[in-house]
Amino acid sequence: MAAKKIYPTPMLDVLEEGPWPSFITGIKALRDNHENQFIADVTSSLLGQLEHSYETRKGYWKGGTVSVFGYGGGVIPRFSEVADAFPESKEFHTIRVQPTPGNYYTTDMLNKLGDSWEKNGSGLQTFHGQTGNIMFIGTTTDGTQKFFDDINDYGWDMGGAGPCVRTAMSCVGAARCEMSNCNEHGIQRWLVNNFTDDVHRPALPYKFKFKISGCPNDCQNAIERADFAVIGTWRDDIRVDEAEIKNYVEAKGRQYIIDNVITRCPTQALALNDDDTIAIDNRNCVRCMHCINVMPKALRPGTDKGVTVLIGGKRTLKIGDLMGTVVVPFKKLETRDDYEELVELAEEIIDFWAENGLEHERCGEMIERIGLVNFLEGIDVEVDPNMVSSTRQSSYVRMDGWDDEAIKWFERKAEA
Amino acid sequence: MAMADMRPPIESGCPDGFQYMHPTMRRNFGLWKYHTDPKPGVLRHVAESGEEIFTVKCGTQRILDIFSLRELTSIGDEFADGFVRFTIRSNIEYYVTDESKIDPLIEALESKGYVVGGTKNSVAAMSHTQGWLHCDIPGTDASGVVKSMMDELIGEFKSWNMPNRVHITTSCCQINCGGQGDIAINIQHTKPPKIDHAQVSNVCERPSVVARCPVAAIRPAMVDGKPSLEVDEKKCICCGACFPPCPPMMINDAEHSKLAVWVGGNHSNARGKPTFQKLVASAIPNNPPRWPEAGAIVKLILKCYKEDARDWERVGEWVERIGWPRFFELTGLPFTKYHIDNWRGARASLNASTHIRF
Ligand code: HEM
Ligand code: SF4
Ligand code: SF4
Ligand code: SF4
Ligand code: SF4
Repeated sequence: MAAKKIYPTPMLDVLEEGPWPSFITGIKALRDNHENQFIADVTSSLLGQLEHSYETRKGYWKGGTVSVFGYGGGVIPRFSEVADAFPESKEFHTIRVQPTPGNYYTTDMLNKLGDSWEKNGSGLQTFHGQTGNIMFIGTTTDGTQKFFDDINDYGWDMGGAGPCVRTAMSCVGAARCEMSNCNEHGIQRWLVNNFTDDVHRPALPYKFKFKISGCPNDCQNAIERADFAVIGTWRDDIRVDEAEIKNYVEAKGRQYIIDNVITRCPTQALALNDDDTIAIDNRNCVRCMHCINVMPKALRPGTDKGVTVLIGGKRTLKIGDLMGTVVVPFKKLETRDDYEELVELAEEIIDFWAENGLEHERCGEMIERIGLVNFLEGIDVEVDPNMVSSTRQSSYVRMDGWDDEAIKWFERKAEA
Repeated sequence: MAMADMRPPIESGCPDGFQYMHPTMRRNFGLWKYHTDPKPGVLRHVAESGEEIFTVKCGTQRILDIFSLRELTSIGDEFADGFVRFTIRSNIEYYVTDESKIDPLIEALESKGYVVGGTKNSVAAMSHTQGWLHCDIPGTDASGVVKSMMDELIGEFKSWNMPNRVHITTSCCQINCGGQGDIAINIQHTKPPKIDHAQVSNVCERPSVVARCPVAAIRPAMVDGKPSLEVDEKKCICCGACFPPCPPMMINDAEHSKLAVWVGGNHSNARGKPTFQKLVASAIPNNPPRWPEAGAIVKLILKCYKEDARDWERVGEWVERIGWPRFFELTGLPFTKYHIDNWRGARASLNASTHIRF
């Protein structure tokens, strides 16, 4: 069955050429071959509107309010501003669904989700949007509720949209990566599932994102993009397999290893000995991962594993891009209590920010405005020199509390 | 429907991933020892137990129609073990434990037009945003830009010819939800918003629009006897932040919304600390359906990087080593007053030394 009406798409047709898979070819297949009349018509109209965008270099969707019963967010409403010309896609809402940590699926489950969407939506989906959700793209208000009821019954829930805790993301992690230092899956679910109410009912100053990477390679872009970044790391020595080091030296040559491993260590913590064994100054290794990335058979993270937590990463709006800042240099995550403490930290931070953040102010922007020390005092975390790249450069500060602060430092050291 | 008939949601949140994980991965969770790279697009991970798993990484069009999704899953059933995951860049990864399945799997994928690659020092699949297809604020498309560029970069996706991996991103408004990339192609507006004064009082909450502007360029005003907003065009930095909360602040312009290219965004802590991307080129026409001018600049930068960078250097590290003057010399791109930052913290980006290369 084909769409009742076909709109000409000369510009989009050009995107069917070339070797990379074409989204236009895919949408056209729905238009021309899908037996569900709604899908054929809505995708035909979508192509018409997209062609119009290509011709005029303008977008034609506007937002609105659509949600499912019981929730305040999770749907990205889309109403067409050119519905007169392209009426079949006048409503084209996107539904955000939370994936598993690391985005694991069986093919059966993918088919099942696809079937549900085919019954209730356009047949177009994305694994995944930049925020981390499965995005089911294009349905009516009515279809939104039906689709959600369907997939919610077999274990899938909506993600966040608006000023709320958002869908979290994790790297491939311990399931398949030897670099991993933590259980990303456990961390993601402990954290975000503690805040399901805040995911579904937007009532925070703005968005709040958790992202988890199993090691400092940070494949999940957590430091740059998450309000609450959890990065796996280790405290003890890098594990070395000297026989494998010799194999690398033999295969690549001494000079290659010196130029590409030894001298590239940011803290000069490496040396290649005359007998082709490696010397590592582990106290000065900053766990950057470089040497391990180059020689994964010879070097591995240590065994005293845990996480570093950085707070306040975000993208451009409003004061410019910010990286997260170290707030917890190292935390073991082994027992239930450890995980509970991590969740408590997240609660403290979200509560403090909910109270002190301005409308539409990300957590990192609030920290920038009030200063890290005020933030730390607000969430009851002690200062630590790992939180700074350098100490203060300006003398313009009142320091009459120095002696008390110094005593606190020595007391904390004595306790540790 | 009456409220009483509505089905209350089950607030299950983020689902457990272990139920969908390959049994070999479940058994060896946290116990992987090392990996090797048998060929582009294929990874081999070896666990402490001696068990192995192979990953075949495959680029997709991201906007998947149900026919393509079923094609990908049926290939996963016939040629792999029925367990998959998607990467942050919308590649699908298939897992197999039997090495002899790899080649038939790749063949099946390629025969259907999918592309295997994106591992190690390749140009990874570009990450993209929603664009004209389904966002309400975009200045350009995203899927079309990515399709056009990946058509040209496909050889680099399928091979290991770059000094280190290259992550390219696109964003279709200056919110930049596409994130940081070694190379980023983002919208850059060049004119202040045109205001549809008749609509402002109907659809905008004026104080929150005023508050949204990063440079306090917006103030409430009466226009033609109706409450509206006005923009101090001398102050306005054309960022478009006022547009999402107030669509009558029309920032998108067919001619004046341009593309800009940025380099050196890197999320990894390897060698240096993570870095944000820096401006290299702007005023690039927003030229659908193939954006050839933006594509040419990306290819130019990649060519210079490939020729000049050392092994393991990401694009940003390469530029840092050779210096910005050499970057502009090698690429032939113009250096302008717009490259010099004046936003908060800008002083840290100025050269306060005699470190100069001649
Ligand atoms: C009503 C307006 C907005 C809607 C409907 C919207 C929707 C979305 C969607 C659907 C995505 C995922 C995009 C994709 O992967 O294709 C996204 C990501 C994102 N959006 Fe928005 N957005 C809106 C406004 C904003 C604003 C005002 C900001 C800036 C402060 C923003 C910042 C971001 C960021 C940073 C991401 C990337 C997320 C990440 O890295 O986790 N968005 N948005
Ligand atoms: S962040 Fe580290 S643990 Fe996670 S996938 Fe990347 S390299 Fe592996
Ligand atoms: S992990 Fe990084 S800092 Fe540590 S020894 Fe290796 S290269 Fe040096
Ligand atoms: S970059 Fe901007 S326009 Fe593009 S999808 Fe993200 S929010 Fe929408
Ligand atoms: S475009 Fe940006 S700078 Fe200009 S008025 Fe709008 S918010 Fe302010």
